[in-house]
Amino acid sequence: MNAPLSPRALASSALAEPVLAVAGLAKDFPGRKVLGGLDFALAPGQATALIGANGSGKSTLLRCLVRLIEPSAGEIRMLGRDVRALPPRLLRRFRAEVGIVWQRHNLVPRLSALSNVIHGVQARMSGPRVWVQSLAPAAVRDEAMECLVRVGLADRALVRVDSLSGGQQQRVAIARMLMQRPAFILADEPDASLDPQTGEEVMSLLLGLVRQEGLSLLVISHRLEHTLRFSDRILGLADGQIALDLATRDANAASLRQFFDHADAA
Amino acid sequence: MTMLAPSRFERRGLIEYAALLGLLALVVTSLAATAPAPDKLGSGIARLFAPSGLLTQMVPPDFTRIVPIGWKLLETLQMAVAGSFLGLILALPFAILATDRLSPHPLVRHVARALIALFRTVPDLVWAIVFIIIVGLGPAAGVMAIMIDKIGFAGRFFAEAMEETDPGPQDALRAIGASRLGLIGSAVIPACLPSFIATSLFALEKSVRGSAALGLVGAGGIGVDLKVAFDLFNYDEALAIILMMLALVIAVEQGSGWIRRKLI
Repeated sequence: MNAPLSPRALASSALAEPVLAVAGLAKDFPGRKVLGGLDFALAPGQATALIGANGSGKSTLLRCLVRLIEPSAGEIRMLGRDVRALPPRLLRRFRAEVGIVWQRHNLVPRLSALSNVIHGVQARMSGPRVWVQSLAPAAVRDEAMECLVRVGLADRALVRVDSLSGGQQQRVAIARMLMQRPAFILADEPDASLDPQTGEEVMSLLLGLVRQEGLSLLVISHRLEHTLRFSDRILGLADGQIALDLATRDANAASLRQFFDHADAA
Repeated sequence: MTMLAPSRFERRGLIEYAALLGLLALVVTSLAATAPAPDKLGSGIARLFAPSGLLTQMVPPDFTRIVPIGWKLLETLQMAVAGSFLGLILALPFAILATDRLSPHPLVRHVARALIALFRTVPDLVWAIVFIIIVGLGPAAGVMAIMIDKIGFAGRFFAEAMEETDPGPQDALRAIGASRLGLIGSAVIPACLPSFIATSLFALEKSVRGSAALGLVGAGGIGVDLKVAFDLFNYDEALAIILMMLALVIAVEQGSGWIRRKLI
């Protein structure tokens, strides 16, 4: 699965403007320091896996990056924008450019797959015409169908999402994210609640977006085999710090286990 | 080794026993102060069946005025439908403003909640009298009274349904950059729709039952005919009106039950 980077990704990473640059990023909750001043940068067009023990702050980091949780300190530069300086209205527009895939797919259960995918367009359109598929303009419906085709669910477009399997629901969530036309994808354990084969398919789908379309991906996964197969770089979080940073081609299961043992001991 | 089973009941403190005793005292004193004496109740029921008693005079019911009573019954149903429709439409924005996650400001939320509580607490007969003063005698006052009552009734249940929805889809859409209205239209209302439909049908049933009484104060509907029948001692006609009202209420309940089964 560790296929070579796409030419677009190689070219853009050589240009060196990182898709994400974090400096001194910290987050404190009352009586608890979760992130203790992180510094890292991600090249565009690459898949980066974020690993760490439970409670190490991975999900908090992902949410801080788009200010779903406000960081306590530090700088975040993503897609050329100073994220922490964005006023609420611009922050809304900025979030539209970042696709988030959650551990729980967070779809609206009573609506069809197509309606849920159309919700992704709310990043750039508003009003009742983008609430349900029956009211949506033809162009939006067509684009949503294309997104469903890309995740292999075109034939389930009008099926209620709560009658789909877990893996299919996660694919619908990915299609909704694609509808945003994101430049950068954040994925918080997208394979966590899925069986091994479906989890692999979902991770493969995300890596395909990086390889074929040059998108950038930061993905949290607890499955070491997925981390090794579906990323170009691995960042390890322990004690609120980046404790591991290596190219995936230089990593193996033993070295990752050693990282986790070290983190547990600390 | 055999583990000893835990005690069946939690050990209660002195304050809890005192509270329980206080509650028991409240029930006993309430019954003693207001409940009818059994002998008085027995003799009263016997009077109903005496040759000049109310029930004896009611039977058989007199349906000679069935056509005008039928029209009044239709007016009662129309008042209930119109009042419920307006009330349910207005209850939705009140409920949204009263919901923690959707209200734009805590002050707005408190005001919306206070208004819903006010609409619910004041009886619909009082609202009917208020609207008779504003729009005069007749069904318009009844429609307004039902509308206000339904804002109070449905506003509370709509808000509770919205509070109980899974926040996940809303958070996901917020992360996409959806507006507040977008969240409500795409995530909250679809998730709450079964509850909204059930509440709306119960509201309609409640309105049909309630609108019959509004005529007693002159706010339109069949209530005024019932009052006149009792005032003129036409108890057999009163029974005919009561039976026709019963048929209407049962028909509406059956109809709403059927719709509920079909839609939810």
